[in-house]
Amino acid sequence: MNISHHFDDATLMAYSAGTLPEGMALLVACHLHWCPHCRDRVEVTNSVGGALLDRLEPAALDDNALDSLLARLDEPEQEFASPEHSRSEPAGDSELPAPLAQLLGAPMDELPWKRIGYGVRQIDLELKGPGAARLLRISPGVSVPHHTHGGNELTLILKGSYNDELGRFCRGDVADLDGDVEHQPLVDTDEDCICLIATDAPLKFSGLMGRLVQPFIGL
Amino acid sequence: MQEFDAEGGDVNAAAVTPQTLTPEQRRKQVRDEWSACLTRLAETRDKSEFARLFGYFAPRVKSYILRLGMPDATAEEVMQEAMLLVWRKAHLFNRTKASASTWIFTLARNQSIDRMRRDKVQFYELPEEEPDPEQRDMGEHSIIAERMQEAIATLPEGQAQVLHLSYYEGKSHSEIAEQLGIPLGSVKSRLRLAFSKLKAHWGEEV
Repeated sequence: MNISHHFDDATLMAYSAGTLPEGMALLVACHLHWCPHCRDRVEVTNSVGGALLDRLEPAALDDNALDSLLARLDEPEQEFASPEHSRSEPAGDSELPAPLAQLLGAPMDELPWKRIGYGVRQIDLELKGPGAARLLRISPGVSVPHHTHGGNELTLILKGSYNDELGRFCRGDVADLDGDVEHQPLVDTDEDCICLIATDAPLKFSGLMGRLVQPFIGL
Repeated sequence: MQEFDAEGGDVNAAAVTPQTLTPEQRRKQVRDEWSACLTRLAETRDKSEFARLFGYFAPRVKSYILRLGMPDATAEEVMQEAMLLVWRKAHLFNRTKASASTWIFTLARNQSIDRMRRDKVQFYELPEEEPDPEQRDMGEHSIIAERMQEAIATLPEGQAQVLHLSYYEGKSHSEIAEQLGIPLGSVKSRLRLAFSKLKAHWGEEV
């Protein structure tokens, strides 16, 4: 995969600090699954956390903390799924990065896509917490209305490509945008463009078309 | 002293004797020792190695979890879960990829996120108190001055503050912007600056 658009340092720091909303963290995990360059970078942002841990003043533990944990070491281990270490067997669509494939559990074509306007379909992942995460499937030649963002918006291209004011985005690329950017992506091949989009605040559409679409997208 | 060999190009690093180690070099030595200890634990499954790791890391992991805003009893539980994972997943630790501190930090962070998502109500209730903003800022500055030494203390206060609020109080960038009354873009650019300075300052070590 030829990836040319990556995350901002600040986004990877938020991922390492554990402060991204669930959908954005999922999106970062998906890109990391595909992108060795960002996997190297996140090792560095994680190490900021490790270095800070060394500098923390130790807290007082319960008196028998060590003994009670030592007593549990031989307990049989319950199966616990770890996305980082189950990459080899993604469930569902093998075209998708494993963390997303596991969440969806079905190939993309079998998902209940909802039409939300001219050539645009979506699936809301209905994650909890602030912001939203959804899949958008945009038909060739269609452009998403001009919009800006109240907060941050991350987009990961899963299939196809689009062009906007910032460049051309293909499978594996991420667009890492904050509130100052207004853009209008246009699908520029004869293939549907499918993206995972995660935000930490509602999108703001500008223009008449945008105001018409906004209620349907339900943000 | 394998790590010093790895930095062979640095004349100053090669010349130091144990007596003249800077605090940062001492810290690095400690970090390397714990990475070796965790590697041995994976190979030997020796509970006394685990007990040593526990002695150093468990109080720090709990301190981290407390700072995220969890009550003491919950922090103790989450710390126990994180340290249990250290025991169970030690074989996945790869010291060429991360130090023991960093690896244990990510385990503690993931356990904390899982717990916060499960106990959402409890978590979101915590940060609601609104003390006088000026007083609060003073408080945070003094925490930074006390607890973040060397490299982090060399950062300009504004940068150290956003790093601290992000990694150690679990605040999102938008929350930090709101709390400090600065634009989101400034929070991010402070973090980027802090990050590039820390990378340069810590060099090989991070």
